[in-house]
Amino acid sequence: MVSMSKTIGVLDLQGAVSEHIRALETLGVQAVAVRKSEDFDNLDGLIIPGGESTAIGRLIREQKLEERLRSFYSSGKAIFGTCAGLILCSTDESHETDDLRLGFIDMEVERNGFGRQVASFETSLDFKGILQPVEAVFIRAPYIQSVGANAKILASYDDKIVAAEQGNVLVTAHHPELTEDYAVLNYFLNKVS
Amino acid sequence: MSDKIIGSTRVKRGMAQMQKGGVIMDVVNAEQARIAEAAGAVAVMALERVPSDIRKAGGVARMANPTIIEEVMNAVSIPVMAKARIGHISEARILEAMGVDYIDESEVLTPADEEFHLLKSEYIVPFVCGCRDLGEALRRIGEGASMLRTKGEPGTGNIVEAVRHIRKVNSQIAVLSAKSDDELMTFARDIGAPYELVKEVKELGSLPVVNFAAGGVATPADAALMMSLGADGVFVGSGIFKSESPEKFARAIVQATTNYEDYVLLAEISKDLGEPMKGIEISHLGEAERMQERGW
Repeated sequence: MVSMSKTIGVLDLQGAVSEHIRALETLGVQAVAVRKSEDFDNLDGLIIPGGESTAIGRLIREQKLEERLRSFYSSGKAIFGTCAGLILCSTDESHETDDLRLGFIDMEVERNGFGRQVASFETSLDFKGILQPVEAVFIRAPYIQSVGANAKILASYDDKIVAAEQGNVLVTAHHPELTEDYAVLNYFLNKVS
Repeated sequence: MSDKIIGSTRVKRGMAQMQKGGVIMDVVNAEQARIAEAAGAVAVMALERVPSDIRKAGGVARMANPTIIEEVMNAVSIPVMAKARIGHISEARILEAMGVDYIDESEVLTPADEEFHLLKSEYIVPFVCGCRDLGEALRRIGEGASMLRTKGEPGTGNIVEAVRHIRKVNSQIAVLSAKSDDELMTFARDIGAPYELVKEVKELGSLPVVNFAAGGVATPADAALMMSLGADGVFVGSGIFKSESPEKFARAIVQATTNYEDYVLLAEISKDLGEPMKGIEISHLGEAERMQERGW
């Protein structure tokens, strides 16, 4: 069971913030929108939501949150990145621009790997550690090309890696927050100490 | 491998949900698209002319030349939207076939059909449509729009109409929320909206899709104003590339949209921007020049 005492932040710069907050509150977890450095102070975990990774990355820098994100990670707190959040957590260096990559999970990522919006889809997905297949909505989703030795693959679709974890960091290419299936969110909350 | 569903309501509306809190910028070529992406735009709208130039050029405004749209699609990794004329089935299907990420069935272009909008539920690609009130919003959702925006008065750099439209929609939602269930059919009739959607809005206390501001945003303060009135994000048409320094305006409007209640920061980012686009007073527009009256 999820403890009532946990407080989870949702990085509130751009993207599907209210959806994550709704899902957390549905599970009885206290959810906080995080926009400033001091907002991180009393969090047990953080969600980096879906949105546009270039826009969120740029805003992280402009709001001077990069160092706070890194120290939050270094302190061993749990982090969950969905879609754009997955891209931001990666070590990917294949991109040409100076887009932000936080390197919380050792993995290479293909942005928009499943194609443009007309190829966006939903499906049910086998997810390691979760008994039933999970409802998965993929929107201009990235996939993970490869992971390092310390990362564990949790789900694949069409031979492409779509979910992984490393230590206390969880990433999914799909959007659990757009569904009423809370299995992946519960999986994350179990990482939160 | 289990079933794969494309073009579902969740997938189409979800795309707009990922754009929330962001700025969508009108661009007319690859260079502008790259400036928009670098400034932190969440998407670009590929056009042949921005609305203020459409006003100047006159004549019939149509879907952009596919060459321009393709050039923009190849230039950036963020989503690319494009406009089709109201009711122009073939323009919409062409844009869908090109793989455009979102179609704006837009009153900025000359309508192709003066009676019927597109049946947007039939497409895999999602649509955004303009609205001035709740009835218009729900008619568009009824046809399958996955995202809404205020109509405002495009190409004027004058925010007054967008303010009117978002206030109208939100006050009608507040009125609806206070109604008892036995009043809903009459309310639906009075605003010309589908009954089922009226019921849904009452239950949710909000629209079932994302609603952006559009039509007249010219400064960071305009973007912040629309966010504080409850917009989920902002479209900027002529406001960026018709300003004196597009890069600065683009970056400042992105920051203002995120930090719309941080007035100290808003003051800071509004300095040294140069001149915004030149605006037009709405009362100086003739009836035929008002784009917001297009659509039904």
